[in-house]
Amino acid sequence: MKNVFSSSFLAAALGALAFTGVQAQEITGAGATFPAPIYAKWASDYNKLTGVKVNYQSIGSGGGIKQIDSKTVDFGASDMPQTDEVLKSKGQMQFPTVIGGVVPVLNVAGIKPGQLKLTGPLLADIFLGKVARWNDPAIKALNPDVALPDAAIAQVRRADGSGTTFIFTNYLSKVSPEWKTKVGEGTAVNWPVGAGGKGNEGVAAFVGRLPNSLGYVEYSYVKQNKMTYAIMQNAAGHFVKPEDDTFKAAAAGADWNKSFYQILTNQQGKEAWPISGATYILMHTKQDKPANATEALKFFNWAYANGEKAAADLDYVPMPPAVVGAIQKAWGEIKDASGKAVAFK
Amino acid sequence: MTQSTVPTRASGGPLADRIFGFAAKSAAWLTLALLAAILLSLTFSAWPAIHKYGLSFLTRTVWDPVQEDFGGLVMIYGTISTSLIALLIAVPVSFGIALFLTELSPAWLKRPLGTAIELLAAVPSIVYGMWGLLVFGPVLAQYVQTPLQTAFAGVPYLGAFVSGPPVGIGILSAGIILAIMIIPFISAVMRDVFEVTPPLLKESAYGLGATTWEVVSTVVLPYTKTGVIGGIMLGLGRAIGETMAVTFVIGNFNQLDSLSLFQAANSITSALANEFAEAGEGLHQAALMYLGLVLFFITFIILSLSKLLLAQLRKGEGSKT
Repeated sequence: MKNVFSSSFLAAALGALAFTGVQAQEITGAGATFPAPIYAKWASDYNKLTGVKVNYQSIGSGGGIKQIDSKTVDFGASDMPQTDEVLKSKGQMQFPTVIGGVVPVLNVAGIKPGQLKLTGPLLADIFLGKVARWNDPAIKALNPDVALPDAAIAQVRRADGSGTTFIFTNYLSKVSPEWKTKVGEGTAVNWPVGAGGKGNEGVAAFVGRLPNSLGYVEYSYVKQNKMTYAIMQNAAGHFVKPEDDTFKAAAAGADWNKSFYQILTNQQGKEAWPISGATYILMHTKQDKPANATEALKFFNWAYANGEKAAADLDYVPMPPAVVGAIQKAWGEIKDASGKAVAFK
Repeated sequence: MTQSTVPTRASGGPLADRIFGFAAKSAAWLTLALLAAILLSLTFSAWPAIHKYGLSFLTRTVWDPVQEDFGGLVMIYGTISTSLIALLIAVPVSFGIALFLTELSPAWLKRPLGTAIELLAAVPSIVYGMWGLLVFGPVLAQYVQTPLQTAFAGVPYLGAFVSGPPVGIGILSAGIILAIMIIPFISAVMRDVFEVTPPLLKESAYGLGATTWEVVSTVVLPYTKTGVIGGIMLGLGRAIGETMAVTFVIGNFNQLDSLSLFQAANSITSALANEFAEAGEGLHQAALMYLGLVLFFITFIILSLSKLLLAQLRKGEGSKT
């Protein structure tokens, strides 16, 4: 009996394969710009392998949420997780794909990468304008061995609404009550000080050009532009470097089995980088086009299993295997019109 | 068939005429309908913000997406001040270019120089923005702002006028970048209209012993004023609507702390470009739409003013003997 089943499954799979060979499937997604490079890389690798075309438009998280709400795309993407209540009311589910870290970067003559130590409350005070000079006693106390100039700190932040800003301001809100009441968290906030650069590349350019500046960018920009980063004190009190392992440690600390609504900032864990975040895919739980949903899930399933190297090459951190298991379990929520779970294998 | 002496209509006759007339008329009406539709949909989308703030939106300086509290003065001020600076720089320079090309330039230089200016108009705005951020901004900070700040330190008003962090981005850099961008437009239009001044008029003036400047100021300029003002308006329109280049160099700072030329600020288009993609449904989006509506009206007012100016100039015609 089992044999019959498996062989018929094989036949169906072969049939499906033959079908895709004849007529290439196309699935579309839209949303966050932060994961766009890795989605594009995965899509091109996957296309070569299977002939399925994944068309991802990086229009921003807000746009991605709007597009999936109006069902114009097969999946949406957002850097900002949606709460379980919101998802339930919209009939959607979310799952994380890759992890990224937001890193404070600076440009001060004589300070090398990883030399400057910062704490969360201090970072909040700097972006509130309360700590305005590099030789402020608060910075000096943390960095007795570093030669700090007697110069004003030129704060640089994102001008455009972005998931990076959400992760950064969410962290500052968690560690500084004053930040929470005065500024708060969001993809765009009312910054009390500082100049705004457009996109990660804009902030990176500002910090690279401006002496005595301090800004924040996605980790991949730190690596690619060899920027001077600061090390941060995490919730456990340790000073940690921004790198793959500390981002993974932040992801490991979250309880993914309960909900995918996990904001990875200020996570407990000795090695956890405090300003981490995951980026998410949004899909409807009741599918009008189950065939497309299957293709989308197959694509992400393939990416979890085989996309690790591409992700690492582009400086993204893949989800830990335990989390992938939880994600595959959660995919059971995605059903076709008759209430049958959509296949992803 | 005998040849008629009366010229006949082209083949097709009255039907083709009517179709053409209809097509032309509907094209004209379509423009009006589009304008009305844009206005309507902008007002509709901006309604939550209009309803909440009314006209006080124009004078409020707060822009806080987290608390959902919005006001447009920072962006309106940024748009108007950068465009004004751009015009202040671009109009005299463009006038000089056009004057040189039409009256003073040796014949062999006219064509390459004219083409070069037209080519400048084709440079994408993001290139100007990147150049402004990476090259011009630091130069401005180092060689203009810092010396000015040292010179004016302690001087009331003037000192405040050049205050701010020496980063080379802000109102002034945005204005200068805009000026560079609109110079080709204004000067190309000015040159073209200067060239259509009938040589007969100019030669008569020269014949009466007028200098080049007298010819330009008393013959060419009055003859071409509509075109000149049109060219300036074209440039102003471009400056007000420019997005990409401005967003790179203006600093995108939503606070109005000082009126310093070097203060980072924001413009309407820059705020729209930066925040629209991530603005959720609700008041944030409505406030951005309201800003768009304000921009629409600013353009409208400027156009009306230029028409008024032209009408005023026309009234003065012939009164002087």
